[in-house]
Amino acid sequence: MRRRTLLAAAPLSLAAAPLSLAPLGLSASAARAGEKITIIWWHAMTAALAEEVKRIADGFNASQAEVEIQPVYKGSYGDLLTALIAASRAGEAPHLAQVFEVGTGTMLGAGKAVKQVWELAKETGLQIDPKAYIPAVRGYYSLADGRMASMPFNSSTGVMWINKDAFRRAGLNPDKAPATWQEVRAACDAIKAKSAAPIPMTTSWFTWIQLEQYSALHNLPYATKENGFEGLDTQLVFNGKAQVKQIQRLLDMAKDGTFKYSGRDGAPDPVILSGDAAISFGSSAARGNLVKSAKFEWAEAALPYDPEVIKTPENSIIGGASLWTMTAPKRTPAEYKAVAIFLRYIGTPDLDATWAQNTGYVPVTHAGFEALKKQGYYDKNVGADIPVEQLARGKMTANTRGLRLGRLPEIRAIIQEEMEKALQGGQNAQALLDNAVERGNKVLKDFAKSAKA
Amino acid sequence: MDRRTVFSGRLLPHLLLAPQLLLTVFFFYWPAATAVWSSLTAEDAFGQGWIFVGLDNFQDLLTDPLYLQSALRTVVFCVAVSVLAMAVALLLAVFADRVIAGRGLYRTLLIWPYAVAPATSAALFVFVLHPRFGLLGRWLNTHGFDWDYTLNGVQAMGVVIAASAWKQVSYNFIFFLAGLQSIPRAVIEAARMDGAKGWLRFRTITFPLLTPTTVFLLVVNLVYAAFDSFGTIYALTQGGPSKDTETLVIKVFRDGYINHDIGGSSAQSVLLMLAVIAVTAVQFRFMGRRTLS
Repeated sequence: MRRRTLLAAAPLSLAAAPLSLAPLGLSASAARAGEKITIIWWHAMTAALAEEVKRIADGFNASQAEVEIQPVYKGSYGDLLTALIAASRAGEAPHLAQVFEVGTGTMLGAGKAVKQVWELAKETGLQIDPKAYIPAVRGYYSLADGRMASMPFNSSTGVMWINKDAFRRAGLNPDKAPATWQEVRAACDAIKAKSAAPIPMTTSWFTWIQLEQYSALHNLPYATKENGFEGLDTQLVFNGKAQVKQIQRLLDMAKDGTFKYSGRDGAPDPVILSGDAAISFGSSAARGNLVKSAKFEWAEAALPYDPEVIKTPENSIIGGASLWTMTAPKRTPAEYKAVAIFLRYIGTPDLDATWAQNTGYVPVTHAGFEALKKQGYYDKNVGADIPVEQLARGKMTANTRGLRLGRLPEIRAIIQEEMEKALQGGQNAQALLDNAVERGNKVLKDFAKSAKA
Repeated sequence: MDRRTVFSGRLLPHLLLAPQLLLTVFFFYWPAATAVWSSLTAEDAFGQGWIFVGLDNFQDLLTDPLYLQSALRTVVFCVAVSVLAMAVALLLAVFADRVIAGRGLYRTLLIWPYAVAPATSAALFVFVLHPRFGLLGRWLNTHGFDWDYTLNGVQAMGVVIAASAWKQVSYNFIFFLAGLQSIPRAVIEAARMDGAKGWLRFRTITFPLLTPTTVFLLVVNLVYAAFDSFGTIYALTQGGPSKDTETLVIKVFRDGYINHDIGGSSAQSVLLMLAVIAVTAVQFRFMGRRTLS
């Protein structure tokens, strides 16, 4: 019960903070004391990515004398979100937290526990132009009316990886990736017939790529109320005819031995890196790892589409994470200003370009993309521009902005469970998606109930 | 034989009891009371607000076929783990009881797995059984056996049962061995003189005399399988494929820790707490009677 009284105090202290439109820069008193304001930043980046986070922090700390940013690794995205919720409930949230894209719905329901980017901008005078961001990124992290809720940071999208060696062994043209699902299936049949690879096709991030991305590409709604952007009382509708056709295709291919389901979420990534699969689907952010460790010739290609469903595919949607500004009961306006100073630094095109180049994530700003183009990065790294172009093409529709659903990780788990049941021969694609929709809708209903509480 | 120490004042006994009482209050009653309270509410993840929903969470659970399936699965899992772990341990203990040369080494090796952390033991099983990079798993697949516990629910259940039982064999072994050694030699000798051979002697003399140990271990194993198997299952299958290895504790963890459904997972915890209270009550009754007789 003590927890609740602490939390009750939070809004009061916030209300007491005067809305400030003063230009960025900390108050004279803080600067005079010569004390740096320390900002804690929780992140979920490991290995090379963690080093890149540290490089950003070091660069920022060296660039000015007022604010010191401290990145802290907090485990996987899921672990971080759970730790964040616990810390926030105890009134000890960090200043900034990196939350994966599927946690966006949960974070938007966090009310006073977070300070959305537009609020922070209004209070601190931070200048942030949503138009600087590529629409697929901006859309995912903005409210329905366009105000930005969180700061885009690491974004990727789904792509197809081709094992060119396996294509050659199968007598296929390694320089021409299949563009449609019909071509993919034909290629897989050829690969299987010639035993050109142990696994003709596999997919990482099954739900994200084969259902969420597929729906966006083919301009199909995933949930009502504009995929949840227009309200909490949204219902899943991904059991439409075209989606059933796609999932049935995968089930049929699994039966033929041309598609191998290699596990949930990112579990199949090692299969992709090993080169065992001739065609695989995964995050564009895997590029860095492929460059470093793949012992086969590979190529990056756009996600295939089904011309029987749509003539030209729409833009794909993003994955990855964004940065959320957290509130805490005793946090001062100066601290929020310090956060704003850091976010301004993160948003510069140069930093965006370097981050994308060093990690394999896509640049999130138009200017960052242009900067990379100018440096000749895309000429030297053939295919690296495919995810950006796939994200930016066409005119964004209500079905391609992204998803705004509470407890989306749980819904993804449900779909994967139903898929695993279907793969054991327990049900067809229609039953699979119908069950997933029914169970998912219950999750959404529970979320809406708890969010209204 | 009734020896009692009588304290003259009231202060000292209370002071002596206080540390234990405080621990119990803070680490048992308080969390348990919070769980009961949470199970009656619906709350957003960040704790911004809550509403009282009465028994809604319980009603949702008990009318959810997936929850009932999970409960049934847990029963099957617990019984299988307990029977397997106890049978293997008893067999090993009977043999260890006879070993003369190198008995120290033999026993140490058998007790060893108990010291292995659940996640580590799960990793060991992955290295042996995984269809792609496990030693045995790979061999099975190259020899015409369709082995893939990541996609076959029945195989997955077999794997988690085996892995959970393996960890518990050591514990059971210690108790069975101690039980065997406390059986008076004279009884065994008498049976032997009457002409009772190995199996008959075991069935009619040894096993009945081991009953107190067996009953105690049965309760401990059931509780172990229901609760402490979490680490092993989670590291091996995360409850999959589909929901084929999702026991009740895995479900509580997933709903509370990953899905942030605090009310729903609290309700599940409360039901589990009631189950433990029931099992413990039965144990106390049964064990109490045995010690009295």
